[in-house]
Order: sequence, then structure tokens, then C-alpha cells
Amino acid sequence: MEPVIDNLDLYWSGFLTSLEFIVYSLVGSMLLGTLIAAFRVSPIAALRSFGSAYVTVVRNCPLTIVLFFMAFGLPELGINYSFFTFGIVGLVIYTSAFVCEALRSGINAVPAGQAEAARAIGLTFSQTMREVVLPQAFRSAVPPLGSVQIAMFKNSAVAGAFGIGGDLYSVGRTLTSARGFEYIPVLTGVAIGYLVITLSAGAALAVIERKVAIAR
Amino acid sequence: MSDQSVLYDVPGPRAVRRQRIGTALALLFIAGLLGVAVQRLASRGQFDAELWEPWINPGSDDFAQVWELVGKGALATGIAAVLAITFSLVVGVLLGVTRMMTGRIGRIPVVAFIELFRGLPVVITIVFVWRAMVELGVPVDVLPGEDALWYLVIGLTLYNSVIVAEILRAGVASLPSGQGEAGRAVGMTEGQVMRAILLPQAFRTMLPALISQLVVVLKDTSLAAVIGLGYLELLRRGNQISQVLDNPIQSLSIVGSLFILINYALSRLAVYLERRLSSSSYSSPDPATAGITLESQSRGGGPGGL
Repeated sequence: MEPVIDNLDLYWSGFLTSLEFIVYSLVGSMLLGTLIAAFRVSPIAALRSFGSAYVTVVRNCPLTIVLFFMAFGLPELGINYSFFTFGIVGLVIYTSAFVCEALRSGINAVPAGQAEAARAIGLTFSQTMREVVLPQAFRSAVPPLGSVQIAMFKNSAVAGAFGIGGDLYSVGRTLTSARGFEYIPVLTGVAIGYLVITLSAGAALAVIERKVAIAR
Repeated sequence: MSDQSVLYDVPGPRAVRRQRIGTALALLFIAGLLGVAVQRLASRGQFDAELWEPWINPGSDDFAQVWELVGKGALATGIAAVLAITFSLVVGVLLGVTRMMTGRIGRIPVVAFIELFRGLPVVITIVFVWRAMVELGVPVDVLPGEDALWYLVIGLTLYNSVIVAEILRAGVASLPSGQGEAGRAVGMTEGQVMRAILLPQAFRTMLPALISQLVVVLKDTSLAAVIGLGYLELLRRGNQISQVLDNPIQSLSIVGSLFILINYALSRLAVYLERRLSSSSYSSPDPATAGITLESQSRGGGPGGL
């Protein structure tokens, strides 16, 4: 494990870069995913179709193709950003489709009687959503949202493999190809870095789930 | 609440007017998005015939070769995915059953294995398997086919077998406890209860989840192209073609559409099976959320949903 111990500072900075990447993608995918979910339940048919087309296409397309498109397709159109930015945008586009579905499953889990009761006492559509449906939907959406986001944390390694630069994956690449260390110890270090992120996120999610759980 | 209409009343005249305005604005918004994209593509000459011709004009010189290469790539992707899902099924069932049947202490190594590979990004697992097996000199060449295929298949199997084990466990846990109790009451051993009563019922509910997992595996085979593993699957082929023809947008769109079509068909199949199976069993989950429920049952580290 010498290559890891001697390069702990490099691993640490890689870990932080990966975290930074994950935080941007988390915020972005939640925002875009919520917007698409709003489209998918809206009374306007055109928005509903747009939302479901987006989800169908993005969910069935490999993340790798989304990232290839960012890296090789967009420059053809004269759109050039750093791979770090491209990586975030690609991961946000991809993850938002899953966030949308998680939110929608939360809305679907609210018993129909809740919305019916709200309508029966004369609440409008937006009041029904804001006061009755969404607060309950959010609670049941927490577990699937959590697992979608943890999967996104793991997918950040795919963007890393693309070369967003400076993250955990690229630390592994630098140490093995540029500095000639053996793969097994170096990659073990990389794997531990990702495990720290995913396992602690999983533990945090379990705590949150217990807090917001509702008996139904 | 799968029926959206429960959220709002049948619209009256004012609401109808509002919705018409909303629809007009929404259509404008969508047309705007499309317009910007099309204008951008057109201004960069991305609709030029020469960029599309090798893909869509059978008379073009490259047409036959391009599609032959894509066919080879699709076959390679299919082989890797089918091998990976088959091995995952076998290993996953072994893992799941071991986890459910061993005691508190004996279970520890299995649980550790599951948590380890569920928490690792699958791309890291594949790279690790590939590099470690080369470094240790594992004789992969005794297996039929290319070495790269096996690195990919083993990496994918490690990840997906863990998911299968979790799907199986969720399937068994969802059975009424009376099923196992009845078996024990008539004097069956734990092994017999598992084999004769619990597993056959759990397998039935697993089928749709397994097909959804096949979609994930199909998508994940394309990771080989990102890590530089020399396995010529669909995306790698598409990328090579795009480099020769110098048309990344067109080539990636076509390869992407192939992936989307295949995966969409498989997802529909999974939904259809789920509906069929659940309509004839004691538990009938809401079909609209069924796919998602199955995913969230085996959550925690997050299943292969993405």
C-alpha cells in the first residue's frame, strides 16, 4: 500500500474534487428533475408529453453516450467548456430523469382520497398540490430519491474516467500511468475513496429515511 | 393515485381558457428549444448530406461497411450483456440464499461482499478486475473469446450479482410470513422451505426486475469504451466510425438511438410482465409505480437503477 500512503495528499485533493463535482451535480439534478416532474403532472398535455419523452429518451440512453455527446458532439457546434463542466451537465441531464421518476412515484404514493378531499373542500389545483399532495409526496419520495442520488455519486466515476481532471479516478490514472506504480494498491486507494462517499451517504440516507418515514 | 385527473376537476370554461393559454405557452417553449437546437445544428452544417449519408443512404460507399461494423458492435454488446446477466443470476441467487440461510455470524462475509460491491462504482470494479487480473497474471485466455470480454463480464457480474441477491431478498421478504410458517409446520427443513416454497414464488416476482437489470447491464457494457478496455462493443464501434467519418453528432445520435430503442423495448417488456404477474397474485402493486417500487425495495447503496 506504499503508493497510497506516500500520496495521501494527492488522494485527499482527488477526494475533494470528486465531492465538489458530486455536490454541483446533486443540486443541478434535483432542480432539473423537479422541473421535469412538474411537467409530468401538470394539467397541460403538451408539457406532460414533453416530460415523458425526455424521461424515456434519457433513461434508456447510457450515461456514456450522454458524456460522449458532450465531449465530442458539442464542440462541433462551437460549444466549448471544460470537461468538468461538461461532466456536470451530462450527469445532471442523465440523473434528472431518474429524479423525476422518483418524485412522481412519491406523488403516486399519496392516496387518491387525499387529493379528492382537498378538491371537495374547494382547494384549487395549486393549493391541492402545495398544501396536501406535495408535502406527503416528498416524504415517500425520500427513499427512491436517496438511492437515485447515491447511484449518481457512483456515476460520477464514469465522468471521472472521461477525464474531468483532478478527481479520484484521475488520481488513479496519474499514479499508475505517469508514475508507474502498480495498479492493485493504487486502485484499492481509489476504491476506498469512493466507498467512503457511498457508504456514508447510504448511512445518512438510512437516518433520514427513519426520520421522515410515515406509516401508511 | 396513478390517475392524474384526480388532482384537478374537470375544467370549467375559465380553466379551459387558462389551459389553452398554458398549452400555447408550452408549445412556444418547446418549439423555442427545438428551434435553437436546429438553428445551431444548421448553422454548423450538421445537416449536410455528406455527414449523414454513410448512415442513411444505402448507395453511399461507406454504408455497407458502417452497418456491418455496427452489427458487430451490437453483437458484442449483446454477448457481454447476456453473459453478465446470466452469471449475475447464478452468483446472485447463491449469494442471496446464503445470506438468508446462514446465521448472524456466518452471514458477515456475504454481507461484507454485498456492501462492498454495491458501494463501488461499477466502472471502478471493471477497471480493478481488468488491471488486477493482468497484474496477477490470471490466465483468462483459457476461456473462449477475447480477454477483454471476460474482464468486462466479470466486472459487471460482481456488481450485478449483488443487485440480484438484493432483488431476491426483497422478493422473499415480500412473501406473507405464513408461507414459510406453513412449510415448517408440516415438518419441512429450512432448506426445503427455501427451495420448495419461498424461492419459486420469489422468482416469479423477480422476473420483471431482472429484465430491468438487463437494461442496466446493456447500458453498462458501454463503459468499456470509456476506460479504454479494448472490447469492441457498440459504443466503441460507433466512436471509431465517427472518428473515421468525422461526424460525431450523427454517429453518436444513431448509436444512441439504437441503445434507446433496445432498452425501451426491454423496459416495456418488464412493465408488461410485472402487470401480468401482479394481476394474478396476492399482492398487486400499483402498476404505475411498480418499476420504481421494485427499485426502492432493494435500496440503500442504491441498486443499479441508473
